[in-house]
Amino acid sequence: MSMRASVSDLPIVLEEVSFASGGVTILDHISLAFATRAPAVLIGPNGAGKTTLLRLLMGLIAPVRGRVTWGGREDVEPTHRAIVFQRPVMLRRSAAGNIRYALAAAGVPRGERADRADELCALVGLNGLGRRPARKLSGGEQQRLALARALAKEPQILLLDEPTASLDPAATKAIEDVIRSIAARGIKVVMSTHDLGEARRLAGEIVLMHRGRLIENGSADTFFADPRTEEARRFIRGELLV
Amino acid sequence: MPTGFSALQLVLTADPALIAIVRLSLIVSLSAVLLAALIGVPFGAFLALVRFPGREAVIVVLNALMGLPPVVVGLLIYLLLSRAGPLGSWGLLFTPQAMIVAQTVLCAPIMAALTRQTVEDLWTEYRDELNAMDVGPFGRIATLIWDGRFSLVTALLAGFGRAAAEVGAVLIVGGNIDGFTRVMTTAIALETSKGDLPLAIGLGLVLIGIVVAVNAAAWGLRRAGERFAG
Repeated sequence: MSMRASVSDLPIVLEEVSFASGGVTILDHISLAFATRAPAVLIGPNGAGKTTLLRLLMGLIAPVRGRVTWGGREDVEPTHRAIVFQRPVMLRRSAAGNIRYALAAAGVPRGERADRADELCALVGLNGLGRRPARKLSGGEQQRLALARALAKEPQILLLDEPTASLDPAATKAIEDVIRSIAARGIKVVMSTHDLGEARRLAGEIVLMHRGRLIENGSADTFFADPRTEEARRFIRGELLV
Repeated sequence: MPTGFSALQLVLTADPALIAIVRLSLIVSLSAVLLAALIGVPFGAFLALVRFPGREAVIVVLNALMGLPPVVVGLLIYLLLSRAGPLGSWGLLFTPQAMIVAQTVLCAPIMAALTRQTVEDLWTEYRDELNAMDVGPFGRIATLIWDGRFSLVTALLAGFGRAAAEVGAVLIVGGNIDGFTRVMTTAIALETSKGDLPLAIGLGLVLIGIVVAVNAAAWGLRRAGERFAG
């Protein structure tokens, strides 16, 4: 299965980006670039702005100040990007039907959809579950199905909002294995998590956020070995950032 | 012979006059429900998803039209279809087609209003996913109608209930002509006024039976669908 597309949405560059809603500032002058294909993990406490940042990277919302560029271009259609929400909505059809729907939305010809859906089911470890109603799957299976659905458009960039939140260790491991396999295919993964252990296991780059501000970002090895800021040191020690 | 027993006998022996009336009633009401669904469901979905100036006013009017008095609709359709009316040349007055038109006008606002509410609720749930998948406007409408299909059965039932129980409009535009435009509700009204209570009661029993059967079938379909589609 090909996972590449001709024009690249990388690097994604945010320049002095702010976002506010209802008079509340959610992102505050964020400048950041995602250039490499290493998985990037957004960490930070609740309300840090991780989900809003992911929605902005997807292009679902626009900044109130600053600008976002994808591959040096603004206002790029999200054809090369896909997102999996923290609580993905399952369409009222079978698991395979959900994937076929996403394939249709991505413009895949009807005749190819069944085979592609089978491939994607296998990729995320849902073999044999294709005919099950999507809403009857377990939480972990629904997350994997949402990943398969997101991969239907063969994205260059995959955005994941807390993909393992409220999953048990076995389901978490299954999702993390899928994420590794996706990253190994050259897809840029940008994900958020509360779980420092997960960030250590998956991250190539780390972005630490707090109250809508960017606290620190860089390679994961450097971040965990030698954090530059006091907030990062406290966060790594497991102290609460309030 | 007691009236109730005679009524039951008419039903159980499948009295030809009764069967003809029931048959026409079903043809008229089901045709009207089908036409009203074809108009009301897409319009309701459109209203749920598309923002335009005056949309709120349209929603208020649509909700008000759910309580449209059947006799007024009958009168309006009568004026349209009467020989001196703008559509008089079509020659539809006092035909089953005119009755279908009248019931469609009565049912379509109900279906559109209930569809709008269902689709709008579903849209809040689906918006992010469908936007992320870059699904176009027509795709969204089709998806939300399909995924809301079990809830939309309620809209169809409400429309069918309105059509099956309605008497004023079909009486005015159909004329209650024996063997041609006589349906269950108009026949019940006529036979009661004539004092032929067995036929009136028999028709009443069939009408209630049909409404209960249609609702039971819809409920069963909905449960089965939810079990298999989630």
